[in-house]
Amino acid sequence: MSAPPALPRWADVGLIPLINVLAALIVSGVVVTIIGENPFEAMMVMIKGAFVYKGSLGYTLYYATNFIFTGLAVAVAFHAMLFNIGGEGQAYLGGLGAGLVCLMFDSMLPALVLIPLAIMASAGFGAVWGAIPGYLQAKRGSHIVITTIMFNFLAASIMVWLLAGRLKAPGQMSPETRSFSPNAELPFIHDIANALGMEMARSPLNLSFVVALLACVGVWVLIWRSRLGYAIRATGHSAGAAQYAGIPVSTIIIITMAISGGLAGMMAINEILGVQHRTILGFTSGYGFTGIAVALMGRNHPVGIVLASLLFGALYQGGAELDFEFSTITREMVLLIQGLIILFSGGLAYMFNRPLAHFLGFLLTPRHAGGGRRG
Amino acid sequence: MTDASQMANGGSTSPLAIELSAINKSFGDVHANRDVNLKVVSGHIHGIIGENGAGKSTLVSILYGFYAADGGLISVNGQITTIRNSADAIGKGIGMVHQHFMLVPNFTVLENVMLGHEGSLSIEASAQKARNVLNKLSEDFGLTVDSDMIVENLPVGLQQRVEILKALFRGAEILILDEPTGVLTPQETEQLFDILRALREQGVTILLITHKLKEIMAITDDVSVIRDGEMVAHLKTAQTSPAELAELMVGRKVLLEVDHTPAKPGVPVLQAENLCLTTANGIDHLKDISLTLREGEIVGVAGVSGNGQSELLDVLSGITTPTSGSFRVGTNEITTQRPSDPAQLRRLGVAHVPEDRHKCGIILPFSAAESMILGYSGTDEQNQGWWLSPSALEQNCADRMHGFDIRPPLPSLASANFSGGNQQKIVLAREISTQPKLLLVGQPTRGVDIGAIEFIHKQLIALRNEGCAILLVSVELDEIMSLSDRILVMNNGQMVGELAREEADEQQLGLMMAGIGAEDGITTSQMRAGS
Amino acid sequence: MQEEGGVADLWLQFLLTIDATLRVATPLILCAMAGIFSEKSGIIDISLEGKMLMSAFAAAAVATLTSSALAGLVTAIGVSVLLGLLHGLASITLRGNQVISGLAINILASGLTVTIGIAMFKQGGQTPNLSRAERFRPIELPFAEQIGNLPLIGPIYREVISGHNILVWVALAAVLFTAFILTRTRFGLRLRAVGEKPEALDSAGVSVAKTRYLALIVAGVLCGMAGAYLSTAHGSGFVREMTAGKGYIALAAMIFGKWQPRGALLACLLFGFLEAVASRLQGVDVPLIGEAPVDLILALPYLLTVILLAGFVGKAMPPRAIGEPYVKER
Repeated sequence: MSAPPALPRWADVGLIPLINVLAALIVSGVVVTIIGENPFEAMMVMIKGAFVYKGSLGYTLYYATNFIFTGLAVAVAFHAMLFNIGGEGQAYLGGLGAGLVCLMFDSMLPALVLIPLAIMASAGFGAVWGAIPGYLQAKRGSHIVITTIMFNFLAASIMVWLLAGRLKAPGQMSPETRSFSPNAELPFIHDIANALGMEMARSPLNLSFVVALLACVGVWVLIWRSRLGYAIRATGHSAGAAQYAGIPVSTIIIITMAISGGLAGMMAINEILGVQHRTILGFTSGYGFTGIAVALMGRNHPVGIVLASLLFGALYQGGAELDFEFSTITREMVLLIQGLIILFSGGLAYMFNRPLAHFLGFLLTPRHAGGGRRG
Repeated sequence: MTDASQMANGGSTSPLAIELSAINKSFGDVHANRDVNLKVVSGHIHGIIGENGAGKSTLVSILYGFYAADGGLISVNGQITTIRNSADAIGKGIGMVHQHFMLVPNFTVLENVMLGHEGSLSIEASAQKARNVLNKLSEDFGLTVDSDMIVENLPVGLQQRVEILKALFRGAEILILDEPTGVLTPQETEQLFDILRALREQGVTILLITHKLKEIMAITDDVSVIRDGEMVAHLKTAQTSPAELAELMVGRKVLLEVDHTPAKPGVPVLQAENLCLTTANGIDHLKDISLTLREGEIVGVAGVSGNGQSELLDVLSGITTPTSGSFRVGTNEITTQRPSDPAQLRRLGVAHVPEDRHKCGIILPFSAAESMILGYSGTDEQNQGWWLSPSALEQNCADRMHGFDIRPPLPSLASANFSGGNQQKIVLAREISTQPKLLLVGQPTRGVDIGAIEFIHKQLIALRNEGCAILLVSVELDEIMSLSDRILVMNNGQMVGELAREEADEQQLGLMMAGIGAEDGITTSQMRAGS
Repeated sequence: MQEEGGVADLWLQFLLTIDATLRVATPLILCAMAGIFSEKSGIIDISLEGKMLMSAFAAAAVATLTSSALAGLVTAIGVSVLLGLLHGLASITLRGNQVISGLAINILASGLTVTIGIAMFKQGGQTPNLSRAERFRPIELPFAEQIGNLPLIGPIYREVISGHNILVWVALAAVLFTAFILTRTRFGLRLRAVGEKPEALDSAGVSVAKTRYLALIVAGVLCGMAGAYLSTAHGSGFVREMTAGKGYIALAAMIFGKWQPRGALLACLLFGFLEAVASRLQGVDVPLIGEAPVDLILALPYLLTVILLAGFVGKAMPPRAIGEPYVKER
């Protein structure tokens, strides 16, 4: 991408994402008006649905957990200048991994062993599903965008075939595994809170949220404080320089995609171990794509990703409320907003840079000093 | 501001093909062209000379419509005009041969020439017309190329010919050539000049942009010198000299040679035997290259860019594995079966200043501190395990910046924000500070200002005097001749000759660079004897 | 005698599958050609899916309101071109990320179609069923019945050639159109140049941006036709997510066909054939395997594309300058 007009860092990282969201909301508001509803009313319903009603914050954070994982996945890959569009498929296979471990061992192992094992399996399966396109890009030059898109479909086919076939719970019609035994369940946060004496409304928010936050710290340390992270960033900025430096570019690409896939795979623990307690069809629900939006808005930095995940969590939860209260609006409205946010933050990214730079330049430059803008 | 009426020739001297008046252009804080005036006489070959970064390319980009000037007037053939884009420029008879060719690699010559000026909606009809025009141009100027050849299969000299044909096809009467000889041998350059003279004969005005003094002296009628964005002189070539031009270019007396004590070569540090490199598409980049480098000597590799020198550096630094042959560093032998990589070679004491610092040498978005460990970021270095301490990085960088006078001395500043010379100093500081046994250097002073050039040359000599072996690859013959103890010449992937410092002169080197000595089996002594 | 009947029956089944292949492949062919126009000009276009979906909705909605399939088609084309211009705004003028822009348009289309659909028709995102008159009707060629009774070759005429609606023929014509434009016209020469080396076109005085925008507009028209086909020719109305990944299969076919019209056509026919076979084998027992693995057959197009991309069946070289926003060098 060519260099956008220069903005002070705080504007670039803080203001622009805000403006992008605002623009997306305004356009959505226009659509809402066109279909005959009051956009401000809709907004209020969304906000209340996301934060105010009982248990809503829990739901918001539960959604956010998914987005943190998939957002981190996309971000890590981006640092190596790799476009991992395969979060959906990697998460899906992560669910397979966790499911297999639980199905095989949930009657044999205690929770303290089983759950970490399941987490590792979900990360592992996701890592493999990410590493294969990584390998194809590194060693065979296959464009990772296309391969990861294909792998999403392949994962879906595999899961449908398995869940309707060999893994299907016996005696059932729906394509899903049997329910796991209780020692394969990640405890709900509200249960933990209640046990500690605090009152908290029921919601699907579970311990995987904590795992997600730990993953954020891990990613930050990896990318900015480790030698591997240096190698990843070097490869992302300049493959030529990485080669010159003796950094094994192919290996780095594969490792990065494995880490990325693993993070996406871990999204499954929220759904599979935390909420559903069995492996079902389609639990990824497009969260892999939301991860792309989250990484974009969060500028590929864990802090930004957490904030963006909160925003999208609020959107999803608020969207459910919208669906509930308005007969004319459904959860697809959230898709619309999501698409617009991705459009503004990624596609039309520099639409606001120039006017903002001019505006800030005008605002912040003292008239008399005649000082130019910092280039 | 110049009064428009002054723009007319007013009956003085010869008609002007181009007149620029008070042209100004800035990019942010960089004032690339300041109040530039220029008068190009019709039918003359007019040279514009200046250092890299002086503003020549910006000026011609304005003439060709790539940029709009911030201020000033342009007049073509006596008429004041605005040139908003390339189409305008072409419409006014201005054609440009770019430094980096604007050719579609997998199109034929005919398709490239036609592109944008087909003359009809159907390709067949356009092609017929184009063929006729090309035949005529071939007759008139000797610009002969096979119209149906795929451009990427043509040698560089012929590709440049296609560029010239394109411009003439579009009706150019004013031809701008931007650094045309960077990729040509001295002999191909002469051929180009013959073509230019033929064009001049037919009344074509030529504007030649270059940083090479010898070319200005050889072919131009008039010359303008640009320095730091300003025109500092307009002279008739016949009335000036290289020394005067050099001084005008730089602003002070330039030491064209570095103080050089004779070398005292010691034990061999690198021995290469029959290195061959053939890439997947069947091109032989290196053919049986053998050479020996000793402690305490600088060996220069001369040659026109694209004859295997880059590939030689890549092989010796471990970036590329040779297809066959071997080279030995100390006791370690590197072959196709036992390949090496840059990390391992660094551990063996081989350092590498790459030819393209923007692509390889530093990472532009990284801070200077981070660029300062590029190549040395693996776990074996500094024994710090997997953790990268920001304070250690900063300290390391600050030390190097101090030792090499890198400005500004800010480790956290992005590498992109340093000037070319300072960026190169970062690379050099990094590679030299490891006290290597062997330093591979490619184009050390490309895009570097004169002050930094002198510093870098001094550093290289000092390193040599401390016992390091240096392999210097450069397209600047002057640099090779002033620094090297021994000069090797590469042509077409082969080592075609070796000359000691005292014996070398430009003419011989030029012939060897064109492969003439090797093909005809003429030995160095025969060449010296002038046979 | 029984065998003879058996063979004729098998032959008929085969022809019916070929017939189905053409029907299934039509939107793929149109989108693949659209993709060729975009990508040959240097713009990555992941948004074939979204354009097709949006056009399918527009066609069905307008056909319902006006009872004219043609009006639906025109609207679908308009909508698709608008989305194409949006992608162009992001990719060309604003020099944003083309993959992301494409993805955004797909997600946008998914959301917008259902949202407007519910508002307009209140059927959960669907459009009401279209009657025969409001759709593109199959065209029976002359003497189809009579010729159809000829042994062996007769059914070819009756089933495979006759009985398709006009958009199927338009799709096949689109392949010829694409090949002609790219290789025989001035516009095609410039388009191919701008995808390989835009500087060459720019320094010749031709606008890189205009050429690319034009390419996107042509692509928009083709995708619009694909969408209209889905909802008003093949189907009888819009259903949410009705494109079901066809846009991605078209992308895969374009790559599989190495960005050439003829190759892409063959790939679309192959992928269409696979889908047609899969649907015919649903629930059928195949010797040795048992129940036909329909899901895996449907996954074959994606798998084949990956195998091609991995270089196991020859090299797939995209246009050299693809995905890079054009900036004048300093």
